[in-house]
Amino acid sequence: MRLKTKDGGWNPYFAGALVGILAILSVYATTALMGKTNYLGASTTFVRAVGFVEQVFASEHVAQNAYFAATKIKVDWQFMLVVGIFLGALISSLTDKSFKIEKVPPIWQERFGSSVTKRAVGAFLGGIVAMIGARLADGCPSGHGLSGVMQLSVSSFVALILFFVAGAVTAALVYKRRAS
Amino acid sequence: MSIDQILGLITGLVFGFLMQKGRVIRFEKQVGALLIKDMTIFKFMLSAILVGMVGIYILYDMGITTLSHKPMNIGAVVLGGILFGIGWAVMGFCPGTSSAALGEGRIHAVFAVLGMLAGAAIFAELYPFFSSTVIAWQDFGKIGLQDALGISHWVIIPIFWAAVIGLFFLFEKKGL
Repeated sequence: MRLKTKDGGWNPYFAGALVGILAILSVYATTALMGKTNYLGASTTFVRAVGFVEQVFASEHVAQNAYFAATKIKVDWQFMLVVGIFLGALISSLTDKSFKIEKVPPIWQERFGSSVTKRAVGAFLGGIVAMIGARLADGCPSGHGLSGVMQLSVSSFVALILFFVAGAVTAALVYKRRAS
Repeated sequence: MSIDQILGLITGLVFGFLMQKGRVIRFEKQVGALLIKDMTIFKFMLSAILVGMVGIYILYDMGITTLSHKPMNIGAVVLGGILFGIGWAVMGFCPGTSSAALGEGRIHAVFAVLGMLAGAAIFAELYPFFSSTVIAWQDFGKIGLQDALGISHWVIIPIFWAAVIGLFFLFEKKGL
């Protein structure tokens, strides 16, 4: 088995195993330094981020909203984790020269053409539906898929299987051209 | 910055770095997995799970850390899971990888991030409705497989390892 992939990346089993070690260290470090065990996740940060935005022009409305109140709008550990993910990917891609400005990805282009607007609308609408789902299910592929399954959580097994099944059915309908 | 924020930032830096090196954050890899053509993201994710699972349960058994199961709320997990899957396929990113994808120059991820922010705002508005309907149906609480099956997690973990390694061999055999 090769340690490097054809595109200059690392073997996914190896890089994934390192993330497993990171998850263990992170669980230990958050418990030791913050007094509470935190597991890797990302989607709650989107609630906090949009809460900050809404506070600018409708602070009372945000204060009265039960979901924002329960989530607590603050720049917390997970918020900085999501910022760190951006920076980590930036550093990695710049240093191994895999950084690439891409406006429309190839699979999308094959099906829908090179229109940036079409891709933007797709990504935006997909984002809305996915985030409503992630908040309802209480997790995304990080929180449920990675952290939850790692803990053998029943809800996370159900969520991850449904993410994949619903995603696979949708992808087949959206990207595979029907034979005519 | 507080210690919480510094710790989050450092952990995120390493996480983002490793996801980028694993080449799992691109639209092609995410949708490639959903089209069952390229299982890179599952190789990466399941490897992380196999390793993490053992360490997390050792720390838990030593009484050092706690578990944090998310509630098995039937309506919320099933409906939420399906909605997420549909959105994921069209968007081609998940919440964590959208941030990473922006970092490696996939600027169309901006629209995914904006959509997810809008989705979070919409969810906050719909929360009272969901609380009294879907979320209110049936909640089995914060349970792990070991609670549901009534057996030790150290019985489940080796079975899970064996099943996932079998899946890895299948991926390699089929060239996925």
